[in-house]
Amino acid sequence: MFSFQVGSLLNIVLILGVVLTLAALLIWMERRLLGFFNDRVGPNRVGPFGILQSVADVVKLITKEDWVPPFADKLTFIVAPMIIPIVMLLSFAMIPFAPGVGIIDMNIGLLFVMAMAGLASYSAMLGGIASNNKFALLGGLRAAGQMISYEVFMGVSILGVVILSDSFSLRGIVEAQQDGWYVIPQFIGFIVFMVAALAESHRWPFDLPEGEAEIISGFNTEYSGMKFGLFFVGEYIGMLLMACLIPVLFFGGWHAPFGLEFGNEIISGVFWMGAKTMTFVCFFILVRAALARPRYDQLMSYGWLVMLPLSLLNLLITGAIVLIQGS
Amino acid sequence: MLKIFLHQLNIIWSQIVSLWLVFLHLFHESDTVEYPDVKPHMFPRWRGRIILTRDPDGEERCVACNLCAVACPVDCIALQKTEDEDGRWYPEFFRINFSRCIMCGFCEEACPTHAIQLTPDFEMAEYVRQDMVWEKEHMLIDGTGKYHDYNFYKVAGKAIGGKGKGEALDELPPTDRRSLMP
Repeated sequence: MFSFQVGSLLNIVLILGVVLTLAALLIWMERRLLGFFNDRVGPNRVGPFGILQSVADVVKLITKEDWVPPFADKLTFIVAPMIIPIVMLLSFAMIPFAPGVGIIDMNIGLLFVMAMAGLASYSAMLGGIASNNKFALLGGLRAAGQMISYEVFMGVSILGVVILSDSFSLRGIVEAQQDGWYVIPQFIGFIVFMVAALAESHRWPFDLPEGEAEIISGFNTEYSGMKFGLFFVGEYIGMLLMACLIPVLFFGGWHAPFGLEFGNEIISGVFWMGAKTMTFVCFFILVRAALARPRYDQLMSYGWLVMLPLSLLNLLITGAIVLIQGS
Repeated sequence: MLKIFLHQLNIIWSQIVSLWLVFLHLFHESDTVEYPDVKPHMFPRWRGRIILTRDPDGEERCVACNLCAVACPVDCIALQKTEDEDGRWYPEFFRINFSRCIMCGFCEEACPTHAIQLTPDFEMAEYVRQDMVWEKEHMLIDGTGKYHDYNFYKVAGKAIGGKGKGEALDELPPTDRRSLMP
């Protein structure tokens, strides 16, 4: 029960604790990194290097008035912010962090993660509708449209990986990358998945549901206090989830690059998995700092006219090569 | 078709370039001055906290002429003239409401005796609004401020105790009108 094997209590407690702590730390890390990218210093007052900034933020959010607008649909308004952290945390149950470190290994793990990521946009949609505010409604509408169009080729882009590894289980996919990472044969799939992952987690430059320059704050316009905090934390857990999925699918998960393994395989695996995840988290933050938000029609036309054909082409070619090699 | 394709490639390339350029900013030095820890360099002519200065003899320079109060665009200066036994004019009270003051420096420019001056100090925040109203004893300093030699009563024609008519610097003795016969 207290050992490192998939599904042990130790694993569950550790992974939940680490993910929640990291999600809180990411808020500080993002603000700090954005500061550096903008030649500022970012939050550096609370605790050493400002690392306790998230604690201060949480204290502030909890002590704020927990206000539900009188014109809002009360039940939906309260339920909506809860959805996104719950489904994002559920998705983390599927992620294999190292040999023997993980919560559950389903043979449809990848499908489960995709389903949960799809459910996450209900948070934005329901929040937007329940707020009974035109800007919130527009934000929810955008979230729905973005989810529909980006979910499609997100699913298609990872089918190449599934074909190559012959498995829907995330652990199976990582184990199949023992000899070579899938980023090389599946480079197009990786690029498309990367874009889709940004859009899925509503990260910049695909944060049109929030679009603070156009529609105030989008679906969370009417939210304040810890309800807003839940949206916020959910978004960061989602970003962490996507940053975990990319190494698992394309960068060999816990396998060390260039044979740089050390210690026992759990320590080495967790280290390399964490390093890869953090690299992609930093890349997401860099993308936020650098790129401008597209117009909504540009977002849609890129999704349907560029990304979808690209991922379909990738799927066709991968399937053909695997068929030829197999026969 | 090729043109559209090249155009799209160009767009993607520009995104990659901007990612790289922003990444390079990670290694730039921060522009932020971390203010309470690092004090900014204040230039001597910066317009901040208002002071009342004294002349080189240590007497109040202000002659309560009210020109500063008239020049003030937000009417934040209030004062009352009085006289001492030597005939020197000075303000009975001199009050500046710093919650109104906009640090424009018009009072300094209007002042005929260099009494009122602005300094580079700007840390004047208060927790109580009433503390923003400063009286003369809060603003009066012992020095001469930016003008070290100027002494109004030494160059003005007004007679005060210890200095009669025509005894000021560069001043001719008063003309005897009765001697001005044609």
